[in-house]
Amino acid sequence: MSAASLKSGRWRRIRALIVKETLQVVRDPSSIVVAFVLPALLLFLFGFGITFDATRVKVGLVIEEPTPESAEFAISLSNTRYFDVRQAQSRLAFIDDLAAGKISGVIVLSGDFAERLERGDTAGVQVITDGSDPNTAGLVTGYVQGAWQSWQNQRGFAKTSSMPGQIDVQARFWFNPELESRRLLVPGSISLIMMMIGALLTALVVSREWERGTIEALLATPIGTLEFLIGKLVPNFMLGLCAMAVCVLAALFVFDIPLRGSLLILIGFTAVFMSVALSIGLLISTVAKTQFVASQMAMLVAFLPGLYFSGFLFEIASMPAPLRAFSVIVPAKYYVQGLQTIFLAGNIASVLVPCTLILVFMSTVLFALTARNTRQRLD
Amino acid sequence: MDALVSTEGLAKSFAPNATPAIQSLTTKIKAGQVTGLVGPDGAGKTTLMRLIAALLQPSEGRIDVQGRDTRTEGAAIHDEIGYMPQRFGLYEDLSVMENLTLYADLRGVVGDERTATFEKLLAFTDLARFTDRLAGALSGGMKQKLGLACAMLKSPKLLLLDEPSVGVDPISRRDLWKMVYSLIDQGVGVVWSTAYLDEAENCAEVIVLNQGRVLFQGDPKDMTAKMAGRVFKLHGAGAERRALLARTLTSDDVIDGVMQGEAIRVVIAEGAAAPTAQSIGAASVTIAPTPPRFEDAFVAMLGGQPKRTLAQATRQRSDGDGKAPVQAKALTRRFGSFTAADHISFEIARGEIFGLLGPNGAGKSTTFKMMCGLLRPTEGSALVDGLDLYKAPSAARARLGYMAQKFSLYGDLSVAQNLDFFAGAYGLSGARRREAVGRVIEAFDLKPFLNENSGGLPLGFKQRLALSCAIMHEPPVLFLDEPTSGVDPLTRREFWGFINAMVGRGVTIMVTTHFMDEAEYCDRVALIYRGKCIAVDTPEALQHAVKSKDIPEPTLEDAFIALVEQHDRAQQAAA
Amino acid sequence: MIWTRLLALIVKEMLAAFRDPKARMALVMPPLIQFFLFAFAATLEVSNVPVGVLNQDWGAQSEQLISRFERASAFSEVRRYGSEAEARAAIDRQDVMVVIQIGQDFSRKLAGNERPTVQLLLDGRKSNSAQILSNYLNTIIAQYSAAYRMGGAALQPESEIVDRSWYNPNRGYRESMVPVLIATLPMTMVLMIVGMSVARERELGTFEQLLVSPLQPLEIVVGKAVPGLIVGFAQCTIITLIVIFGFGISLTGSALVLFTGLAIFLVSIIGIALFISSLVSNQQQAMMGIMVTMMPLMMLSGFSSPVQNMPDWLQPIAQINPLTHIVVVIRGVFLRDMAFGAVAERLWPMAAIAVVTISAAAWMFRRKIQ
Repeated sequence: MSAASLKSGRWRRIRALIVKETLQVVRDPSSIVVAFVLPALLLFLFGFGITFDATRVKVGLVIEEPTPESAEFAISLSNTRYFDVRQAQSRLAFIDDLAAGKISGVIVLSGDFAERLERGDTAGVQVITDGSDPNTAGLVTGYVQGAWQSWQNQRGFAKTSSMPGQIDVQARFWFNPELESRRLLVPGSISLIMMMIGALLTALVVSREWERGTIEALLATPIGTLEFLIGKLVPNFMLGLCAMAVCVLAALFVFDIPLRGSLLILIGFTAVFMSVALSIGLLISTVAKTQFVASQMAMLVAFLPGLYFSGFLFEIASMPAPLRAFSVIVPAKYYVQGLQTIFLAGNIASVLVPCTLILVFMSTVLFALTARNTRQRLD
Repeated sequence: MDALVSTEGLAKSFAPNATPAIQSLTTKIKAGQVTGLVGPDGAGKTTLMRLIAALLQPSEGRIDVQGRDTRTEGAAIHDEIGYMPQRFGLYEDLSVMENLTLYADLRGVVGDERTATFEKLLAFTDLARFTDRLAGALSGGMKQKLGLACAMLKSPKLLLLDEPSVGVDPISRRDLWKMVYSLIDQGVGVVWSTAYLDEAENCAEVIVLNQGRVLFQGDPKDMTAKMAGRVFKLHGAGAERRALLARTLTSDDVIDGVMQGEAIRVVIAEGAAAPTAQSIGAASVTIAPTPPRFEDAFVAMLGGQPKRTLAQATRQRSDGDGKAPVQAKALTRRFGSFTAADHISFEIARGEIFGLLGPNGAGKSTTFKMMCGLLRPTEGSALVDGLDLYKAPSAARARLGYMAQKFSLYGDLSVAQNLDFFAGAYGLSGARRREAVGRVIEAFDLKPFLNENSGGLPLGFKQRLALSCAIMHEPPVLFLDEPTSGVDPLTRREFWGFINAMVGRGVTIMVTTHFMDEAEYCDRVALIYRGKCIAVDTPEALQHAVKSKDIPEPTLEDAFIALVEQHDRAQQAAA
Repeated sequence: MIWTRLLALIVKEMLAAFRDPKARMALVMPPLIQFFLFAFAATLEVSNVPVGVLNQDWGAQSEQLISRFERASAFSEVRRYGSEAEARAAIDRQDVMVVIQIGQDFSRKLAGNERPTVQLLLDGRKSNSAQILSNYLNTIIAQYSAAYRMGGAALQPESEIVDRSWYNPNRGYRESMVPVLIATLPMTMVLMIVGMSVARERELGTFEQLLVSPLQPLEIVVGKAVPGLIVGFAQCTIITLIVIFGFGISLTGSALVLFTGLAIFLVSIIGIALFISSLVSNQQQAMMGIMVTMMPLMMLSGFSSPVQNMPDWLQPIAQINPLTHIVVVIRGVFLRDMAFGAVAERLWPMAAIAVVTISAAAWMFRRKIQ
């Protein structure tokens, strides 16, 4: 057979492979799990399970000597939506609970609370927090401070307004004025999902061919490397986009996250990231010959870096220098940056263009590596 | 005739220091005929197949397919060959039709050509009824036929079949051969690798490979002819025949001996005197020369049956209470509305080898599993040594040894660790365990391998280890599930040597097989077909029952096929 | 006899899990990597970040304030922007997470005893970090304001809150997170070893070999569970030692109480793993089952964010998660010298989970075998 006829059959072969892969995806429960159950689960967990927004923190309030002022302050504390307050007369009543982790902090209003207040003295209010949960501890202090300030303002507006050196601080949180952590966790988890589908599923479907021995018969047909790779990529790419659609719908309608950028740009940007994830999956599959190894590698290479180094859970800038340097090569970092921007900020070219270029570069390099490493032979 | 494949000084090694899988191989493979590729396990058959299919790069020398170098023109070669690997890569989650369509697209069989080819192949493979069925749900034989159909889609110039008949029942095997012969008529060259030597006799030419080298290439008849006058059958040894075989084999003059029903077939060394009743020390035995088979020549070429004087693996058992140690009482198993086994009953006497025969999917495995305690019967009961497997499972299981079809020991544990584990799993501890482990190590010559991973053992030793693990607790009953399927003749002989020795000591054996050579070792066989037991008798009696003008001297395989066909006709008549 | 069989099975399981170098790597590497990632990468503290300043004031006071930002250890640098548009673009680009905008009348108002305003423009795309950052800045500004006051006429000091953290006075994130790894990492490994082992035997065909031996279903279940317990417990001990001696986080409570808790926790995890393996028929399904189980176990446990923050309807689910309880126990015993009485309240739910899952697994095995 001539080279020309080999070429003419290319599209038919690619199409046949795509049909085959699609059928296998549809019939294989594990693909369905990776493509739909895991994303739903992740989205659910990040959307509902993990939240740094402490609402109704359990605290103890100690009023050593009841006075009208202390009662007033206690009411203003209980009225904030942040605290679930229990009262007692002595801090001894709460020490065991604090040690047992049943409350996150104790607020102590000293006996001479009112007098000190009159004097403008310090230490009228003491906050003892459970440092073993630093995040909540910090929030408790912050909330008490806020309550204290506003209560003070209410009480003695005239007195404090003339105090010298007083500086008002107004914090304005752009893009997310309510500071819902869901708004950054959901886009972040979308990046994890895309990575899982791209890398894990692709690595699994190729290593399965090796494990089940189907690759041998396939290699003995006139398929070329590129055809084989494209045949594997296209169905998973489509699957990824479907999962993306589900995620976006859930983000918009279940989690009430705004989409301030354009949908088209979101799809395009996701497609670029998918191509990186798929290339990682294919690259893994050139090394891993069993599904177990493939899934372990996908977890190590794709999932963990995506979780730790994409900046949606942990601040990259705060990490030690070697880890910061490593994060530069984590594709999820750029995707998360772009996603958060498209969802919460809008089409900001100064973020999206560099991110897209970096991702395109990564996928080109990875695909080239894969094409080079994909063997047409068994040895 | 032109050579389809020609190799010159071909060599292939997988690691720099490893023994090469193929060494300095120069040969030619012709078009328009079936070339058989035979040799013991590990001889390099699969490696050679993959080299021809341009799936492996030669380490040295060259290999041309249709004048194209496999190093550089792999893609063009792939366009002209059909290749069916040993574990054929059917996509089990695709249907029969989807598998065919995939390969048709990949091979460029389109339009009218496709319609015609599909029609022809489906008719041929008798798969037309099952086009919508998932390939994974097909029986072993049907899978092989579908694999062959996929490889034959675009009438290739060269068809490579790597052990296509492993795990295939005799009826399906015949169908496979029919399919291949029809291709030969169209001028296609076929390379068929096999461990079943009766198949080699169907080939126009055979290549005998051993340790990566060609021992013989040519007409198998030429090879067989050299054995004329060296093959004899010993009749009339009766119950003593196993002991007689073992005794005969100790003679240096005898290079091979196997059971053939009630007879013993022996091959003598070149130039040795023909055996007589006196020379073998059994006066009642009649000795008659018999025409040689390819297998005789093959075994002789490889230096004869391996002979070891091994210690006994089990102790002599007393005769017991005379009750049958294995009893199946109206065993029935239904899966939904489907009855996989329908009132199957038999009894196996002490010291007997009993075979369960049947085509793929006939209910043989279901019956076997119920006898092992792996599958609860819907009705009926299975007794081992008088104990019901489902009423006293632990006690009954302690009395049976079980060797699974494929190697199913812990491949990543060492030989010693496997032995220790199974001794423990059967409740042997302390001195008894040491004694049992020591006994099988000695009996099966496992000492050199004790610290090796069992997964990396040569096939013959894997089998010995599997057998060791099954008999350490000295069970009175041993169940073997297709013990030598796909195993080469030498390893097979060795294995049956062990079994014969155990039977001689009073162990009762039940074996499932669809491999006729194995069936020949049985005292009695039960033929399972469509969930029913359609015949139970000695192999000779079954052969005798189907004797007719057309088949004056039926083999056991002929008997098998005839009985199945008879049953089908009877069913049709009744319907 | 039964002990012989059990012992043989346990020894075999241990060998099977660790003999193959590749399997050993696959089991040991991920926990190790996770350990170091968590210890060093996972931090909710914010440090080393750049901040932006948009100073529209010409007075000396604003520069004094800015120099305080420059000296603060949490910030890597202070970037100055000339216009509001420039500052806005910097936040958009995520160059900085915050821009501190000092109005043009800042110095004048401060000197005139009026209340000047400082605006913090924060990037809400990273809500948590932004919030923490805003707290830092508030503190710095308050300190400046106090210093300014002292520097000027010392009139009335403002009444302030005394803020103190017990158990972990610096509110170190590492002190809080690292001890929890004593439970999460062995959990991952035990789930893998126990969850995959039956599936692997099914695939290799060795499971039938076990079933035809006199081993009984319950013995198989126990034989699979004990190696997981041994391996898990060994890992717990090693990580505890690393936490104490490597990270210098001292154990304030009783080690006995801690390990009692860990033992019950491991048994409950083994129960879950056995239950998964009784449901699946091959390694791939087992793998998926383990992943689908592990993620909720991790995330709905109070390990990464407090249980009390979860929606009300999710809280009961967190209560049937053994990890939730052990996280409280570990943090309590390590940092808070939690009393045994309080620990016991967390032990019995784990024990109950263990009993339920192990019985369910044994029942499933029995059903599958016969």
